[in-house]
Amino acid sequence: MEKKILKKQSLGALFDAIKAGGRRLLGPVEKDGRTTYEEVSSPAELAKDYIQTTTSAKSVVFPACEEIVRWQNEGHDVKVADLKPQTTPTVVFGVRPCDAASFAILDSVFSWDYNDEFFRRRLENTTIIGLACTKSDEYCFCTSVELNPGDTRGSDLLLTPIDGEQYLVEIVTDKGKKLVDAAAKLFTPAGNESKEKVLAKVPVKFDQKKLTAKLPALFPKENAWVDQSLACLGCGACAFVCPACVCFDIQDESGRNGGTRLRCWDSCGFSLFTLHTSGHNPRPVQSQRWRQRIMHKFSYFPERLSHLGCVGCGRCSRACPADMNLVEHLSALVEAADGQ
Amino acid sequence: MEALRKKARELLEGKAAAVVIGYGEGSGGKARAVFIRQPDKAATLILDDRCVQNLAVYLVKNEVKSLGKAAVVAQPSTLRTILQLASENQLTDGLVMALAVNNGQVLELTSFHAIEEYLNTAVPPSEAPGKARGLSAEDRAAVAKIEAMPREQRWQFWVNEFSRCMKCYACRAACPMCYCTKCVIESNQPQWIPVAPTGIGNLEWHIVRAMHLAGRCLNCGYCVEACPVGIRLNLLTQMLTDEIGGDFGAEAGFTAKREYALSMFKPEDKEDFIR
Repeated sequence: MEKKILKKQSLGALFDAIKAGGRRLLGPVEKDGRTTYEEVSSPAELAKDYIQTTTSAKSVVFPACEEIVRWQNEGHDVKVADLKPQTTPTVVFGVRPCDAASFAILDSVFSWDYNDEFFRRRLENTTIIGLACTKSDEYCFCTSVELNPGDTRGSDLLLTPIDGEQYLVEIVTDKGKKLVDAAAKLFTPAGNESKEKVLAKVPVKFDQKKLTAKLPALFPKENAWVDQSLACLGCGACAFVCPACVCFDIQDESGRNGGTRLRCWDSCGFSLFTLHTSGHNPRPVQSQRWRQRIMHKFSYFPERLSHLGCVGCGRCSRACPADMNLVEHLSALVEAADGQ
Repeated sequence: MEALRKKARELLEGKAAAVVIGYGEGSGGKARAVFIRQPDKAATLILDDRCVQNLAVYLVKNEVKSLGKAAVVAQPSTLRTILQLASENQLTDGLVMALAVNNGQVLELTSFHAIEEYLNTAVPPSEAPGKARGLSAEDRAAVAKIEAMPREQRWQFWVNEFSRCMKCYACRAACPMCYCTKCVIESNQPQWIPVAPTGIGNLEWHIVRAMHLAGRCLNCGYCVEACPVGIRLNLLTQMLTDEIGGDFGAEAGFTAKREYALSMFKPEDKEDFIR
């Protein structure tokens, strides 16, 4: 992999070059104690010290809600408009390696048995400048899900702040190469600089392989799932801050003259998620919804799509109003499997 | 804290309660809700300033109800919630036991009447652990500041706050007074409220939420704690509480037989528009 050095003081010039190409530039911005991806134009606007953004970068390729069809009633006819996603070439700066890895998970679903045009267009138009982690917190567990704080997968460029002055730049994809070429004079060839020594040390917190292997056998243990989820309030905070949660709901909103079809984020934690028109709900209680969340990410995903449905960012645990800590629950499941 | 653990242990050993709902050590230095069913686990209970979740939310949750009789560690705002839930016929007298801790003593409040007495006599609001009534001074100042804004600016303040909403409904899930099994927000025939978590969809959700809590909110503040994007939605409900209180008196959560202004009609009402 080709490596370069970028001086931190050149970041502003890189931003200018990115924006000069007509691209939209997003970066982590801190406001009122929360860090979110916002449109930025200079490095001064970036959050100085963040472990993880409050919400993920998922919405860049998979917005919380988007219009996918629009129609108009004309007499006895209905005129359907074929909507195309409105996308602007976008560069997202400062994406943590866990988040960068989530795009492949989203992609595996959106291209599974049908190539989703809305997602595809946005993904193609998005360039990810990853920023390796030099710090972590107790919620981080990327190393337990086959990733690491300096993982290049999913980033087009990965920057690692190897000292106070400069970034080691790894050029991961052609998209990344294009960005570097667009501002070639800012980059100098790298020597034998190593990123390893500055990367955060994230301990492995549970045995994911064992978990995935044992989950099918744990599925029928209803009481264990009830014990785990008594505190769960049944909201969608975990799913909505998750970079890898991909479930959506399709809703039509129509009036006298026409209507619109919307695709909005949904969460398996909601009681409505599986409610049938008949009134029957195959997952009538919260423990079954909690089980679904775990099974989907750590059993069904790897079984069907050769990815886990989790990148270990820890957002769900940070955001949970009932402090349902995912790592704790997964560790308990591994332990329960051991006890069998 | 020791007295609380001892009491919980006794209740479980004597089978006076099947589960003690209280607080335990959580992650990130936070406290979390715990459901103690074995007497030897009672030692994990804690009670301090970090214990801010309104545990009354679990008293109306089916899976918790099915565990059997619950004893709930109750801060004053939780006690008030229990009374308000009682006045809305959501709890049965005698089936809920509240454990109130005051001056190191643990009181078993086994009836709504006992809770009423405790709240109206034993708890000096200013000294209570946790909020007995009303907002913190900081929130109170924020309400005053918003109310002093010109209308346009006030509107813009809320539009900005709600623009962050993702409609994850953590506020609703964390609120013990949002106990409806089918929320109007999810009705789609007809679709009363736009589903999109943007613009008018968010405004309508928050207005509906606030209006449904008008004069029923106990100001535990857990909706704000629960919100992953920190929307200060308790200020809106507080403003409504002030309105209802000013017009109709009778603050929520001090009696189990509350006559709630917005859901009752009396023939002697002086307004005649409804007749």
